[in-house]
Amino acid sequence: MTAPLVLGIESSCDETGVGVVRGHELLADAIASSVDEHARFGGVVPEVASRAHLEALVPAAHRALSAAGVSLGQVDAIAVTAGPGLAGALLVGVSAAKAYALALGKPLYGVNHLAAHIAVDQLEHGPLPVPSVALLVSGGHSSLLLVRDLAGGVTPLGSTIDDAAGEAYDKVARLLGLPFPGGPPIDKAARDGDPAFVAFPRGKYRDGTADFSFSGLKTAVARWIEARQACGLAVPVADVAASFQEAVADVLTRKAVDACRAHGVDHLVISGGVAANSRLRALAALRCEKAGIRLRVPRPGLCTDNGAMVAALGADLVAAGVPPSPAGFAADSGLPVTRVHVS
Amino acid sequence: MLILAFDTATPAVTVALHDGSRVVAREAAVDARRHGELLAPAISSVLAAAGAAPAELTLVAVGTGPGPYTGLRVGLITARALGDALGIAVDGICTLDVIAAEAVSQAGGREFIVATDARRREVYWARYKASGERIGDPQVSSPALVPAGHPVAGEGPWLHAGLASAGEPIGPRYPSASALAGIAAERAAAGLAPAPPAPLYLRRPDAAEPRRPKRVTP
Ligand SMILES: [Zn+2]
Repeated sequence: MTAPLVLGIESSCDETGVGVVRGHELLADAIASSVDEHARFGGVVPEVASRAHLEALVPAAHRALSAAGVSLGQVDAIAVTAGPGLAGALLVGVSAAKAYALALGKPLYGVNHLAAHIAVDQLEHGPLPVPSVALLVSGGHSSLLLVRDLAGGVTPLGSTIDDAAGEAYDKVARLLGLPFPGGPPIDKAARDGDPAFVAFPRGKYRDGTADFSFSGLKTAVARWIEARQACGLAVPVADVAASFQEAVADVLTRKAVDACRAHGVDHLVISGGVAANSRLRALAALRCEKAGIRLRVPRPGLCTDNGAMVAALGADLVAAGVPPSPAGFAADSGLPVTRVHVS
Repeated sequence: MLILAFDTATPAVTVALHDGSRVVAREAAVDARRHGELLAPAISSVLAAAGAAPAELTLVAVGTGPGPYTGLRVGLITARALGDALGIAVDGICTLDVIAAEAVSQAGGREFIVATDARRREVYWARYKASGERIGDPQVSSPALVPAGHPVAGEGPWLHAGLASAGEPIGPRYPSASALAGIAAERAAAGLAPAPPAPLYLRRPDAAEPRRPKRVTP
């Protein structure tokens, strides 16, 4: 039996993604982003994102199918992000997926966005060994998960108690006069900076939990900049960016490695938009090597939101013989990570 | 000819199947929060009731609003994806016109208004000739700015006492996909090209540009 051909649709935030996979083989990944429309607002505006999804979705599906060299009729199943995410944005993808499934008479899987972020790594590095620990970091979520069986069981170990890591990047970028989203410009500025220039606080660093806190860090950066300005001194953007980034990467990688040790797990997956950050990737590689942990990080283009990740998880669900979601399922903006798919 | 018609621009989710001469199946529910859950099963159900397969459809007709955006988009993306998957055209028709088509018979030969809920204490509305022909573009405004003295169809007079007293409330309260399908069938029979299924938002998205970051030093 050949692996299932799955079309995946993602619309939980500001990226409209449609991907096509055959099992764990990536055939196409079409993305349309509304990020430029949100930039001047300093954050994603839900209504702007939803309007963009409506216009971008069908064209993205066309691009994905043509890049994959397959027709809609050949697709075995359709997968779509059911949550978590922005309610109005999710609803566009879910409604489109239901319509495609209905028109084609194909099974439909409403899947968990966070689990899809983990599943996507398999498109690059093959089947995920279990158990694994997954660190998911983006503008919307920062969590550590124990993965026993991707299609059936993901256990939350800890998550941020305030801001997501990506949110901290966005806020610090604003303080430094850098554009939204903050991840790429801070990463770029940090390249010429000294990561030891300021010893910013590492929230919850040694508290023994798998939880994170980035709100204090963001405030510490703001205070430091204000104090500097109060003395009439220029703000060394590269050094502050590097020091801030070091604090984030330090606490994320330390907690991830600790979680692996605590659960006797020797595989760590890092995914989500912040996993595209160069310092996080480098420090994680260093610490995992020291700890004897095999690190898996998808290439940056697959770390950010995309349709291929949804298709990848859909393919796992089909392969595991999981029954499709009912046609009347609801998009769920607060879908818990323990629900890998909507049944 | 087999036309699938639906509208989700009001609290109603209404679906009908039309064979070119009459409605052969229909389904409707009113639940402003569950458009995304109700629409696809309702489409399956009207197809099943008529013993028709999706591949037999020849046209999709969809209400383009104006209406609260989230529900409106459910109908529009569903129509676009169905049209895409089945390789058939999608005809977009103003939701107020759909209500007007059924209100004509109750307006008693008078000009009338169709007004629907725009939330935020406003209504979407348009004025119609006694024949059902729309006068001008659909508007969004406070109910007080709707011309008084005309019969009013749609949910507007149910929600705003001022609208009800300014003119006599008439039916229908919500659009029906049967009327929508009827309009689409007439348009197709007249050889008119399908109109794009583009949303009538009438408002810009709410979004404010950020102020400077707040100071954190006391
Ligand atoms: Zn994400």
